[in-house]
Amino acid sequence: MSQIDPTTMWTIIVGLAAGSFALRFVFLGFVGDRPMPPWLLRHLRYTAVAILPALIAPLVVWPAATGGAPDAPRMSAAAVAIVVGLFTKNVLAAIFSGAVTLYSLLYLLG
Amino acid sequence: MAFTTSNSYYWKGFRDGAPFVLVAIPFGTLFGVFATEAGLNIVQTMTFTATVFAGAAQFAALQLLQEETPTLIVLASALAVNLRVAMYSASLTPYLGAAPLWQRACAAYFVVDQSYACSIARFEKEPQMSIGQRMAYFFGSISPIAPLWYLCTFLGAVLGTQIPESWALDFALPITFLSMIGPMLRTLPHVVAALVAIVVSLLTVAVPFNLGLLIAGCAGMMAGAQAEVMLERRKVRA
Repeated sequence: MSQIDPTTMWTIIVGLAAGSFALRFVFLGFVGDRPMPPWLLRHLRYTAVAILPALIAPLVVWPAATGGAPDAPRMSAAAVAIVVGLFTKNVLAAIFSGAVTLYSLLYLLG
Repeated sequence: MAFTTSNSYYWKGFRDGAPFVLVAIPFGTLFGVFATEAGLNIVQTMTFTATVFAGAAQFAALQLLQEETPTLIVLASALAVNLRVAMYSASLTPYLGAAPLWQRACAAYFVVDQSYACSIARFEKEPQMSIGQRMAYFFGSISPIAPLWYLCTFLGAVLGTQIPESWALDFALPITFLSMIGPMLRTLPHVVAALVAIVVSLLTVAVPFNLGLLIAGCAGMMAGAQAEVMLERRKVRA
């Protein structure tokens, strides 16, 4: 592992700080309350239910903690969390059920 | 009056964001440890975490730096990992766009997976919320998370101790987000969008720089929008 030189590091920090803020500001700041076309709004209605599952799915199927090997306790916990959330509409109940499933199975199978 | 109701929405947001401390604590700590091991001093680590404020992109940048990747490539790759926040920003704009510019600028800084997931779920459920209430809720949802993220990065950098792996907190992130997704699946197009996004994300997992996530996200959004149009057409015909 080589030492990162300070100039490079500060360039990265400043560049990433500016770039990340620009990404976040682009719509909220520049579009503001100007109307957006209906087709775009229709797509944006599904941003959350598309991006968040896509972010999580690989972590569930190939968890880093097991070196990428599919793992029964983690898969079951994920399934329980989503099903309980779907039927109870209660986020805390879903988190709690998922966590209980994870720890019980890790204990039983561990 | 307006102040009172906004105040209560701040606390609603705070309560809804609270479970994500289970994510912020282990990942903040891990970043602090990782940054120190990569050779960053405490000032660099804390400036990095406070100004960039994007866990996954920060990890990606440090990883690439250690592999002696050219600076421009590091910047481009880490920003690619963070591209989804632009989509979150777009998705929040119909709800927050009417707020004063300074509030939108502050909110923009705090657009992360957690604040977005909480806020969009609440805004869709309660379409009658005023702009003030929405902003209050948004800032409430990030309030339990951001200070702990900074603090844990600091502790990780100074103490260098990680949360034991046996606690399985790696899985706090999938569980908290999955628990939020369930209640969001209110209509058939929402379910279609999620299923398509999941399948495509698993197929594109080998695409570099996390770009598979964007491909999967766009595919899911298009599938959802298309399903909505088809259902509307059927309703008109019936």
